[in-house]
Amino acid sequence: MDPQLQQFIEVESQKQRFQQLVHQMTDVCWEKCMDKPGPKLDSRTETCFVNCVERFIDTSQFILNRLEQTQRGRGSLTESMSD
Amino acid sequence: MDSFGSDFSSGAAGSGKMDSGTIMEQVKVQIAVANAQELLQRMTDKCFKKCVGKPGGSLDNSEQKCIAMCMDRYMDAWNTVSRAYNSRLQRERARI
Repeated sequence: MDPQLQQFIEVESQKQRFQQLVHQMTDVCWEKCMDKPGPKLDSRTETCFVNCVERFIDTSQFILNRLEQTQRGRGSLTESMSD
Repeated sequence: MDSFGSDFSSGAAGSGKMDSGTIMEQVKVQIAVANAQELLQRMTDKCFKKCVGKPGGSLDNSEQKCIAMCMDRYMDAWNTVSRAYNSRLQRERARI
């Protein structure tokens, strides 16, 4: 494959992963942080969104780490899911 | 917008009608369109939930005002999330 095309694909894919997560987090954090939409985003609500993003990523990392730990003890994830 | 062929074409793209530069530009446009659609879909969902109660025969004035404000707030939220996520990524990369 054309190396320029290869790089283009990698760069655009990464950009898309970023965009998708922003869409997803905005959605989830809106539910947690937004009451009635007002004439502007007040600082308390904005802080909530920022915290929400941080905690979402923390949660994702926590899950990955813990999964890794429990997998070492219990074999594969799919085995422990079979019931 | 006149750089479609000039920056990327390497002459090695084969005998096809489009060179790889044009293809890349078109793909970028497609991606941008898809992102806009995703944004609109989620914004519509959220603002409908926030602003429209029991659906009547039409959108009344207060509902329309609410939806307009909601759209702006959703964009504010999206931008805030985008900045926050970007900062977090930079921080993660900084502690290699």
